[in-house]
Amino acid sequence: MARTGILSLGQSDPKGGSHTRTPLQRFQLPVKFKPIGLVPFFGFVGLFLVWPAISLFRLAIQPTKNSDISAMREAITGDYLDSFIYTIKLSLLTALLGVLLGSLLAASVLRIERPKWFRNFMTSFAGVAANLGGIPLAFAFIAALGTQGLITKMIDYFGVNLSDAGFRISNFAGITIVYLYFQIPLMFLIMVPAFNGLRASWSESAASLGAAPWQYWRYVGLPLLTPALLGGFLLLFSNAFSAYATAYALSSGGARLVPVQIRFFLQGNTITGKDNLGYALAAWMIIIMLITMTGYLFVRRRAEKWQQ
Amino acid sequence: MSALEFVNVSKSFGDVNALSNFTIALEQGELVSLLGPSGCGKTTALRIAAGFETSDTGSILLGSTNIIGLPAHQRRMGMVFQSYSLFPHLNIRDNVAFGLKVGGVPGDVRKKRAEEMLDLVRLSDLGHRMPHQISGGQQQRVALARALATEPHVLLLDEPLSALDAKIRVEVRDEIRRLNRDLGVTTMFVTHDQDEAMSISDRICVMDNGVIEQIGSPRNVYNNPATSFVAHFVGSINSLPRGNTRVLIRPENLVLATHDESAQWRGAVTDITFVGAFTKIAVVLDNDKSSVSVLAISSQIDHNIAIGKNIGINEEIR
Repeated sequence: MARTGILSLGQSDPKGGSHTRTPLQRFQLPVKFKPIGLVPFFGFVGLFLVWPAISLFRLAIQPTKNSDISAMREAITGDYLDSFIYTIKLSLLTALLGVLLGSLLAASVLRIERPKWFRNFMTSFAGVAANLGGIPLAFAFIAALGTQGLITKMIDYFGVNLSDAGFRISNFAGITIVYLYFQIPLMFLIMVPAFNGLRASWSESAASLGAAPWQYWRYVGLPLLTPALLGGFLLLFSNAFSAYATAYALSSGGARLVPVQIRFFLQGNTITGKDNLGYALAAWMIIIMLITMTGYLFVRRRAEKWQQ
Repeated sequence: MSALEFVNVSKSFGDVNALSNFTIALEQGELVSLLGPSGCGKTTALRIAAGFETSDTGSILLGSTNIIGLPAHQRRMGMVFQSYSLFPHLNIRDNVAFGLKVGGVPGDVRKKRAEEMLDLVRLSDLGHRMPHQISGGQQQRVALARALATEPHVLLLDEPLSALDAKIRVEVRDEIRRLNRDLGVTTMFVTHDQDEAMSISDRICVMDNGVIEQIGSPRNVYNNPATSFVAHFVGSINSLPRGNTRVLIRPENLVLATHDESAQWRGAVTDITFVGAFTKIAVVLDNDKSSVSVLAISSQIDHNIAIGKNIGINEEIR
């Protein structure tokens, strides 16, 4: 699973922070040397993001030997196009369900005031679950919901056969359920601070002005949460889009996900003359992420219009 | 019939009695302050009226209807909070029109009404601004306009001036008084600031530990405090020995008697603070060393009064 970084969520204190300076802030470079502080950042971005991306695109657009069509074109035709559609569908569905269920979970956990340890317990648990993925998670689900899984057998005992019902842990529905195991807690972690950013005086003002609870959520709560919901959706989408090990292990390498296809080329299983197809698939993944990110920034700017 | 009436309302949080048999009736158009130190139950009373807190016992009558079981959004109580209660994603006009919008008032009507309300608080040129683009005092005036736009039965104000600077505080305070008079809206005003309560209220309800100590006009509460708590909390007061007891006398009701050998009390001047029209003189009494403060008119202070001088003090005969 890839982490795309920490999103800035919740509301900043309108009164601003304290004016006491931290030891780090007291250490000040002379003005003309200040840009030096950015060198590590740009070094990192250049070395691990820009340079690999550029060389990837360079390799991807190289003319392919013994082929009429370029690798970039071939990567979005036939089976490869199906892979992309399958991956995007899986990412969209698990992101949407994750956003919905994770937000509802956060809202309901925040309503529970006693016992006091419960909220902390849930946050810690979500922190672990959101970061659990790959082989261990896949194994846990195979042991529970696989053909010989514990839950599969238990349900079977009551006369319901999951396999006959068309469910396999390695098919679309199965992978969706496994992905939700980390998508929901991740959204939960994003939404807890966002919900806490909603002031009690807003909902009470709304109520005193005659707004029923649904009207408060429709006209105040949701619009204020929209930036966090959008950010969460993007994070969950890219989380699922780039996930690889979990799906690979669940399907024993047979999943039709783009990252699994790329692995096929990485391993050196190159179909003669198509050695840059792997690069092309990776390049298209970057392009899709760029489009998603741009769309996100555009929508987020609209949602946050009131903050500027 | 009263506009709003609390009858024996009690509320406890765990072992703490936040409110005990709270009973008060507000007349139509009246402005009543709930005054007391923090934790005295004044905010709890207000929140119970608004429907944000449930009471353990008692009833709240709006006109002749008991509203105790009614959810907050059906009570038609306009509420203004201490701060930051404007919806940050709506501009000023939409904030003011919010109550009309959720009440199903058509767009053009509510826009017109919002403009009228902004006119009323003299902020008509700020309708397009966002809440964070206007000052704290302006935000509170918008919050007032918003609360009044739906023509509430009662206006509930929860320390609405506490987050403002001294100068703005007086401005908004006068605005509240003016709106209360002009619109005739029954108003309940919660504050811990006695000057605020004195200057704005028709009646003050002084509270301590969840219990009403006294209800009366500002003049009445100040001049005839019912309990020692009221005397000490509202205005400043001196405790002076007389025979075997002590009497409570306000600083402005004491007069300096520099040449009077038979003055009721004698003491040494320890401090003189000039505050414009008045001068505050601190004296330590000779017989029991208690500190007394005397408020004298500056122009009447004679040059004999200086730190260290021994002077006489009498109770002013009125």
